[in-house]
Amino acid sequence: MIPFTYEKADSPAAAVAAVTATPGAKFIAGGTNLLDLMKFQIETPTHLVDIRDLPLTTINDTGDGGLRIGALVTNTELASHPRVKRDYGVLSRAIVAGATGQIRNKASVGGNLLQRNRCPYFYNTDLPCNKRVPGSGCSALGGISRSLAVIGTSESCIAQNPGDMAVALTVLDAMVETIDAAGRTRTIAIADFFRLPGDTPETEFALQPGELITSVTLPPPLGGTHHYHKVRDRASYAFAIVSVAAVLNKDGTGRVAFGSVAPKPWRIKAAEAVLPAGPAAVVSTAFKEAKPREDNAFKILLAERTLALVIAKGSA
Amino acid sequence: MNTPDWELSRREFVVGAAASSVIVATPFLGPAHAAGGTPPHAAVPMMKVTMEVNGSPRSVTLDPRTSLLDTLREHLRLTGTKKGCDHGHCGACTVLVNGTRINACLSLAVMHEGDKVTTVEGIGTPDALHPMQAAFIKHDGFQCGYCTPGQICSAVAVLKEIEKGVPSHVTEDLAAPMRLSNPELRERMSGNICRCGAYSNIAAAITEVAGA
Repeated sequence: MIPFTYEKADSPAAAVAAVTATPGAKFIAGGTNLLDLMKFQIETPTHLVDIRDLPLTTINDTGDGGLRIGALVTNTELASHPRVKRDYGVLSRAIVAGATGQIRNKASVGGNLLQRNRCPYFYNTDLPCNKRVPGSGCSALGGISRSLAVIGTSESCIAQNPGDMAVALTVLDAMVETIDAAGRTRTIAIADFFRLPGDTPETEFALQPGELITSVTLPPPLGGTHHYHKVRDRASYAFAIVSVAAVLNKDGTGRVAFGSVAPKPWRIKAAEAVLPAGPAAVVSTAFKEAKPREDNAFKILLAERTLALVIAKGSA
Repeated sequence: MNTPDWELSRREFVVGAAASSVIVATPFLGPAHAAGGTPPHAAVPMMKVTMEVNGSPRSVTLDPRTSLLDTLREHLRLTGTKKGCDHGHCGACTVLVNGTRINACLSLAVMHEGDKVTTVEGIGTPDALHPMQAAFIKHDGFQCGYCTPGQICSAVAVLKEIEKGVPSHVTEDLAAPMRLSNPELRERMSGNICRCGAYSNIAAAITEVAGA
């Protein structure tokens, strides 16, 4: 780690002011991803603003029957909340499919949304990576790409978004609430929160410098059966190769998003619309524009088979 | 599978090696600094942190980079908590903070002002073993023992998490009361790696304490 200074913020406005005032500053909450990356000097903040004292730690009902989740709610608290378990099962399931008990106890909702990608070349500071050093090149293009994205990629980056929680939030049409450096608040639809790499893969999120996530809101419950199925190289504590988040209705309609196949949770409305026609129809629509590489072309068939499993469970 | 086609020139290699030696030359954050030595980096002020560790108030003055794990081991001399991977993969550093298990390696000590930290030394002592420690001995829940403090802290916390209704990846019914089963405890303990492979006996020890 490079040296940094540290301060605690006591309000969201003070936190964004502190990060904006200090070049190289970052927010820290759970720190489970940030500190890991700081140890590798992939993240090199010179100042940390600890936001854990901010009043963003509760889960509350919204007027329309949905939920407002404070950005500092831990992954464990969110997955364990009675209303999340009852009304948003896909979210509970996705969260407990990720990381370990220890990490989920510390990781925050806001921080989880902002977790960086897990491309092996992003982690290897001896090799070029356009996310880590913009303009340096993409080692993954000529490298081992088995875990990486098959769609939504560009010639500058093929890293996948590795998250689980974000895939469920995408299916649920969650909204991300933020406060910016000027103290203005805004709401970003989860579908617009993650950016595709294009030629600026270093910018992964639709946040301005200094902008802070304050909460995530969920619309009223959808009903239906909730599923999150994660396929990975071992039974526990591994990132997904492919995951499927789905909310399915008795008539065969529903919602579906795929994880670890693209730079963002991959939900295509036109694909979802053909759910009653079966998994092959959904996947051929959702992955129509796919540009898989030799190592990861299997992900498309795996996505279809994982969705077939989820649909079979949903109609059982 | 494709073969990576990067080429590392000799010059890049030499530059990289020089950078590595700079990293090595960075002052080590050892106990000498805690004992009042010179700060490791002139630009960064040391910070005082006070926390309750195993029931006793402890104050240390630290470089802000110091992890909770290094604080416990190198500054407070509580070496029961082990450093395995230092990246949250292995669980050897698991401690309880305000009753909740976390990886001490993935947490900055300065973020624990006022917190109550329990290490394996605070779970029980040789003269007054915690039931989980006694069960690990009875069931041979270890071989080399390096992962054991983390396993024990994690196991004590897992039983509390089940009581509180925290679901796991293998929980079939999210709405039903949580109960401990072998698949449940194996999933919940997946953040604690045992290189010796004592998992079956660890599972037996936890099952006995849970009365499951």
